[in-house]
Amino acid sequence: MFKKNYLVPLAAILPVLLLSGCDMNMVVFDPQGPVAREILDLINWSLVFMLLVVVVVFGLFGYIVWKYRATSKNKDYEPPEEHGSTKLEIIWTFIPILIVIALTIPTIKTIYKLEKVPEGYENKKPITINVTSADWKWIFSYPEQGIETVNYVNIPADTPINFKLTSAGTMQSFWVPALGGQKYTMAKMETQMYLVADHPGEYIGRNTNFNGKGYAGMEFTVEAKSPQAFAKWVKDVKSKAPKLTEKSYINLLKPSNLGRETFSNTHLAWVNHADMNAKIYTFPELYRNHDYPGQIFKDPDNHTNEKTEGKSMDMNNMDMSGKSNGGEHSGH
Amino acid sequence: MGIKWDKFFITGDPLILGSQIAILLTMIGIVALVTYLKKWKWLWREWFTTVDHKRIGIMYILMGVLMFFRGGVDGLLMKAQTATADGKLLDAQHYNEVFTTHGVIMILFMAMPLLIGIMNVIIPLQIGARDVAFPQLNALSFWLTFSGAMLFNISFVIGGSPDAGWTAYFPLAGKEFTPGIGNNFYAVAIQIAGIGTLMTGINFIVTVLKMRVKGMTLMKMPMFTWTSFITSIIIVASFPILTVALALMTFDRIFGTHFFTLGGGGLDMMWVNLFWLWGHPEVYIVVLPAFGMFSEVISTFSRKMLFGYKSMVFSIVGIAFLSMLVWVHHFFTMGAGPAVNSIFSITTMMIAIPTGVKIFNWLFTMRKGRIQFTTAMLWALAFVPCFIIGGTTGVMLAMGAADYQYHNSLFLVAHFHYVLIPGVVFAVFAGLYYWWPKMFGHMLNEKLGKLHFWFFVIGFNMTFLPMFFLGLDGAVRRSYTYSAETGFGPLMLVSAIGAGILAIGFGFLCYNIYWSARYADRNISSDPWDARTLEWATASPAPFYNFAKLPEVKSLDAFWYMKKNNDGLELRENEIKEIHMPSNSGLPIIMAIVFGIAGFFLIFEWKIAALVAALGIIAGLIVRSFDYNDGFHVPVDEIKATEKAWRKVDKEVKDHVS
Repeated sequence: MFKKNYLVPLAAILPVLLLSGCDMNMVVFDPQGPVAREILDLINWSLVFMLLVVVVVFGLFGYIVWKYRATSKNKDYEPPEEHGSTKLEIIWTFIPILIVIALTIPTIKTIYKLEKVPEGYENKKPITINVTSADWKWIFSYPEQGIETVNYVNIPADTPINFKLTSAGTMQSFWVPALGGQKYTMAKMETQMYLVADHPGEYIGRNTNFNGKGYAGMEFTVEAKSPQAFAKWVKDVKSKAPKLTEKSYINLLKPSNLGRETFSNTHLAWVNHADMNAKIYTFPELYRNHDYPGQIFKDPDNHTNEKTEGKSMDMNNMDMSGKSNGGEHSGH
Repeated sequence: MGIKWDKFFITGDPLILGSQIAILLTMIGIVALVTYLKKWKWLWREWFTTVDHKRIGIMYILMGVLMFFRGGVDGLLMKAQTATADGKLLDAQHYNEVFTTHGVIMILFMAMPLLIGIMNVIIPLQIGARDVAFPQLNALSFWLTFSGAMLFNISFVIGGSPDAGWTAYFPLAGKEFTPGIGNNFYAVAIQIAGIGTLMTGINFIVTVLKMRVKGMTLMKMPMFTWTSFITSIIIVASFPILTVALALMTFDRIFGTHFFTLGGGGLDMMWVNLFWLWGHPEVYIVVLPAFGMFSEVISTFSRKMLFGYKSMVFSIVGIAFLSMLVWVHHFFTMGAGPAVNSIFSITTMMIAIPTGVKIFNWLFTMRKGRIQFTTAMLWALAFVPCFIIGGTTGVMLAMGAADYQYHNSLFLVAHFHYVLIPGVVFAVFAGLYYWWPKMFGHMLNEKLGKLHFWFFVIGFNMTFLPMFFLGLDGAVRRSYTYSAETGFGPLMLVSAIGAGILAIGFGFLCYNIYWSARYADRNISSDPWDARTLEWATASPAPFYNFAKLPEVKSLDAFWYMKKNNDGLELRENEIKEIHMPSNSGLPIIMAIVFGIAGFFLIFEWKIAALVAALGIIAGLIVRSFDYNDGFHVPVDEIKATEKAWRKVDKEVKDHVS
């Protein structure tokens, strides 16, 4: 006869490992700012209850399975007829209700809190950074400083950052686990979140929402600098970095994985993808792969449309740079 | 139409080339074998045209096991690719296709067919009916599901696999970002299978409501019947949403509309909402029948009636109701307002309440029982702790604010595998070991069954437990690679090894099916487990008319009390009357083939050809409406002979619990 209780220790590894999570330095358990810390408090609160559930149910399960197992001794035992027990059933309906209530209240509090500037930072003026995700890179615009970076973002430490998120194409998700939770970036939409880094340091951020071939490489670095170092960096960029033009910006939007780039102006001058009627830049031909080619439909509002009727299916003729059609602005 | 033949077959990848050759050889092999054995006529008469719910169920199960294999290979490929940092087995495109088809196949073509297959075999028997309410429609349901599945599977070698994830989020799944026809396979193949599922839902609602045997009131129905009934209601409520969403997707991709696209004012968030409005209920569609199976198995092998039957019924109804009200929790991170996220956090957490009630009811069913550790029962037992882990992490994910840190990470992947594998796959295994004798007249081997069990359960935990921690450390889903600096390597390797162990477990199941079919003892009683419900009151395997004389139900667990009171078990000769049964029909399979062909043309965007083929579907409907064949009568002598064959012999199980 098999001893079913093997399973119990096996499954019980989970809470033990969860508890040791802090020692393992898992990024979610090692917050570097007030937003991530707020969420971690909620997670820890829920872990207590979940651990309770796991211990109680596993214990009860092990006890019942062991005690009432069929053995050669109890061959003639005929189990009693038992329809149920109103009292017991009410108990195990109400205990989960209490647990759910205990979890709901802090959850809702935290959900509302995360919408605002983190506690203790209300008096500090936030810095706004527009985040634009494209296939497969992150573009950060600093409208107040008038600079733009690709695949890295420098922020002053101990200062609330107001990230305004949007996408130039596919739906993506902006996540810096050390600093806080994530939010989707969507074209023609603006989502928003506050993050703060306690102290200078480098943190990994990435896209978590699958968006095609280059998805795995969609990482960026958040570098929190002291306010002085940040100001110096801005000044350096303003004086040394090249300017971005609409033409080079369209090239930037083409599907590719890139390294870091820095510019001394922002693309917000000609397009903010968060606007309802923002211009669209799509490059369907550049996404061809080994599958059977389907028909591509020309969107009238696409600003990268070529004026080469009938030729558009040719894969070798894909250099579309500079052919963006500036003449269609009147409609918007 | 400008067919590009050079692009028709996928070329340039040794893995795909290997599969193309393997598929071709297998097909030639099957055709040659059937021809050699002169079995074509038999296949057509006994299986392809059958309307018998038990045979349709068996075909569903066969298809589910095959698709489990396909989806499993996809899973193993993913695990092999991510076993080490910077893996080189698959490139990004191939990996994307593999996880997309893994998801679709496992949910729609593995879990659903296996569950619907067992429902098909068992429900009419459990409620004392001779067949489902609409037998020919049932056959059409199966063949459409099969047709959709085959269409979806050929995408791997012809035309290109879908590669936008099983959720196919727009704008990615639109032509602007995936201009090949790969995702057309998603839109069309799932549509065809979905129509079949929708019809199954209607069929089972009517069957359960109208075809129950005398005396079986709703509150005397076996729990598996109850859960299947509620599942059917969820199917009818939610599958139309999928139908509409996929139709709009098809218009977007093939005819250039702008429902969800980036350009032309499309609304990508609308797709996400529609998808999960179907997608979340879908989780309960697969999990509820599984709960029913566990209820039957636990009750039988504890030799006790189900504890708290009424609260079980209320909790499944509650789960069904809540299942339609929680879809937003799949995208808390989409920037909906805090009020919206709060409300959906609450509704989601509320699901834990009826689910908790069920868990405690199962535990207390076992209390004071006499628990036999058969393979079927082992699966039900392993379900409890594994599902608790899935459930508690589910509550954690339900907390909107905390979800911002879990979303799209491997924590989420671990969670839903901990729900779906214990909740569905374990249940299907329990159901197969439990009902196998009823389907085939022989048991599955218990020794091999236990090997299957231990390898599978240990492999499963090893595969998915590490993913919780990887997720909390920032590892994301669907990423084909990661760098060594991330430090994910060791746990990823553990997970990959676990997947291998799990696969060995599945191998034992396949071998067990083969071994038992060849060598298992045929001399078994019609009720080898000393079970409680009506399906065990007739022969194993059940005769095509199910019951010579319909039993009469006086209480819950009807068969148990029939045995206890020795009431209604005997069959007197003068009680046997002619039985009216439905005739076979070739129309369902022909219509499904036409559906498949029309779908194939539509996928390749050969619109006129698709239109012409679609006329064939309409022709099939017309033929059906002029079909005046209303079945045949089984003569008394034939029933007598069949019944004598199994009732007279005093059969005994040799060693069924080793």
